[in-house]
Amino acid sequence: MKKLTSRIDKERLLLGIAAPLLAVVAALVVTTLVILATGKNPFDAFSDMVTYGSASDSQVYILNKATTYYLAGVAVAIGFRMNLFNIGVDGQYRLAAFVAAVLGGALTAPGWIAVPLIILCAMATGALWAAVAGVLKVTRGVSEVIATIMLNSIATAIIAYLLQPGKLGELQQGGTLVSTKPLPTSSYFFTIDAGPAGELWGFIVIAAIVGVAYWFLLGRTRFGFDLRTVGQSESAAAASGVSVKKMIATSMVISGAVAGLIGMPTLLNDSHQFSNDFPAGIGFTGIAIALLGRNHPIGIALGALLWGFLERTTNHLEFQGYDKEILGVIQGVIVLCVVIAYEVVRRYGLKRQQQRVGAELAAQARAPQTKQEVAG
Amino acid sequence: MRRVAKLSAACIASAALALTATACGSTSSDNDSSSSSSSDGGKGVKIGLAYDVGGRGDRSFNDSAARGADKAEKEFGGSVKELTAKTSDTEADREQRLSDLADAGYNPIVAIGYAYAPSLTKVAAKYPKTTFGIVDSVVNGKNVDSITFTEEQGSYLAGVAAALKTKKDHVGFIGGVDVPLIKKFEAGYVQGVKDTNPKIKVDTQYLSHGSDTSGFASPDKGKEAAQGMLDKGADVIYSAAGSSGNGAIEAVSGVKGAWAIGVDSDQYNVPGLAKYKNSILTSVVKNVDVGVYDLIKSVHDGKPVTGNSVYSLAKEGVSLSTSGGFLTDIQSKLDAAKKKIVDGSIKVKTTP
Repeated sequence: MKKLTSRIDKERLLLGIAAPLLAVVAALVVTTLVILATGKNPFDAFSDMVTYGSASDSQVYILNKATTYYLAGVAVAIGFRMNLFNIGVDGQYRLAAFVAAVLGGALTAPGWIAVPLIILCAMATGALWAAVAGVLKVTRGVSEVIATIMLNSIATAIIAYLLQPGKLGELQQGGTLVSTKPLPTSSYFFTIDAGPAGELWGFIVIAAIVGVAYWFLLGRTRFGFDLRTVGQSESAAAASGVSVKKMIATSMVISGAVAGLIGMPTLLNDSHQFSNDFPAGIGFTGIAIALLGRNHPIGIALGALLWGFLERTTNHLEFQGYDKEILGVIQGVIVLCVVIAYEVVRRYGLKRQQQRVGAELAAQARAPQTKQEVAG
Repeated sequence: MRRVAKLSAACIASAALALTATACGSTSSDNDSSSSSSSDGGKGVKIGLAYDVGGRGDRSFNDSAARGADKAEKEFGGSVKELTAKTSDTEADREQRLSDLADAGYNPIVAIGYAYAPSLTKVAAKYPKTTFGIVDSVVNGKNVDSITFTEEQGSYLAGVAAALKTKKDHVGFIGGVDVPLIKKFEAGYVQGVKDTNPKIKVDTQYLSHGSDTSGFASPDKGKEAAQGMLDKGADVIYSAAGSSGNGAIEAVSGVKGAWAIGVDSDQYNVPGLAKYKNSILTSVVKNVDVGVYDLIKSVHDGKPVTGNSVYSLAKEGVSLSTSGGFLTDIQSKLDAAKKKIVDGSIKVKTTP
């Protein structure tokens, strides 16, 4: 019996690895064809990507980018596990970063008080903004997809309204950039100095903690079990005594709180202020990364790293004379391939399971007969 | 519990691995400099251009800069390397773009657009021997030339032209993103309209807000906004919205008697807009090409310009194009307004 389970686990593991591998290989093939179609040599491009991407400053860049993307992926994945499509991660993190930046600029407290306060403020803002969609869903049945998309636009408008000279913004020199009051140096998050390669953002530690917390919460607590149950079947969850409405609202709030963290690596480690060129659209990147990582904490990390790698290296490809649109093509193809590959592998796994169960049943059906024959 | 220990061990191990790899590997600039030195045989100036969102081919702001670089390339020889911004850019991406150019030996390097200001400040300090230029923002640095324009003055003249040409006493303004730079366009335009005829109604609309810069590169949004204004009765529409303005011009060309006012480049002469050119009253030309060309020339001459170079109406840094001859009947009034701005008797506001 023990032997049997270990064999199945190995097979499941193999199937689990097969899907992303298949996706990456398929994406490589398609990208090769696209580059060939533009009349360039794809293998030069790939070799340039590898050399450039493995340089030490590229590694720092990739890890820094991945920190942000990982948080985005986790924020989206929490919703996914619950069958909630939180498209509002984008608005949640931008609003959270803005409010946190305003608070951070106004604070004069020492760093060990200010930094946690800024982070908590961001999480609270993200959670509240997501809660609007959560409450609308449980009380009025409004689809969270629609509500969060609209909340994104509202967040953009609120920031645009408040981030004006004379309100919460300051006009920078040159008269073209508006930003919030910069954080005092004491409120900067620590960075790890990697010499000439640049500085590794200390927030990567927080991202790792969030990853472990996510794994623990979903896989090792009653709450996580309930959440996954609701995600798989609301009626089954309700029948087993789980309050579906409460779960929806809670998971929306948690998703929003994590979304609030997305802007923090940039704010606390890099820009130290929220200006009108604060990176936008990371919430949508998070959706792709959560899909890529299959909502698994380690999968999301790999997805985030892959995304960082692709951005870094395709930026350089443009420098080498390739078309800059290649990044969008590769990313799009990977996401598509991942979705397709998972489905293909899932069906293949299902078929194999059916065959095996069928074979076992057939063997069982045959077993008593042979026994009888022996007895006879 | 064992799994937790295993997991954390794996985490620490991989983090340590990543860190050691980081510390050991050579940086990309080391790699680049070794590879670029061999190919560095050409004569003339190696011009590096970092475009804003939209890039070469936006028929507007970026194209204007491209013209300056092309002209310099033709005159002085050498080569032009162009990189383009994405909407999802972070500081790190912009820094990378500028550093890549500097590493490869490009000099001067011109950053097109205010978004580059913070990254250029850092990169310029790192490469003191390279001359940098930035358009539309001011960056302090011994090796930086800040190229700025008095957009409000050109827009004022566009406002005067719009006020004189409107038949319905109703005009419109479409801004790409509601950033201070574009508000300078709005302020000048509205003031020009109101000074000419205070009764004229001015609709203003921005295509995107705050950190969402898509309004500079969405012809569909521009078309929609212009269509909305036309439906409400406006008959002269000025769009300061990068390539989104192409959509606005397209919409305006669909209505007889309505005029579009272009921006940055002389859009009457842009081949891609030839179909609509009879609807383009004029363009507020921002001679980014002159600024870019002047900088490249100064580097070529061995006397790089640095500090803040302001290209005003008086210096022909901004002007109203006359291609198509649609302004001939009101040219005298425009010249009078221009004279008043140049001699200072009209002060054009920079904020609406």
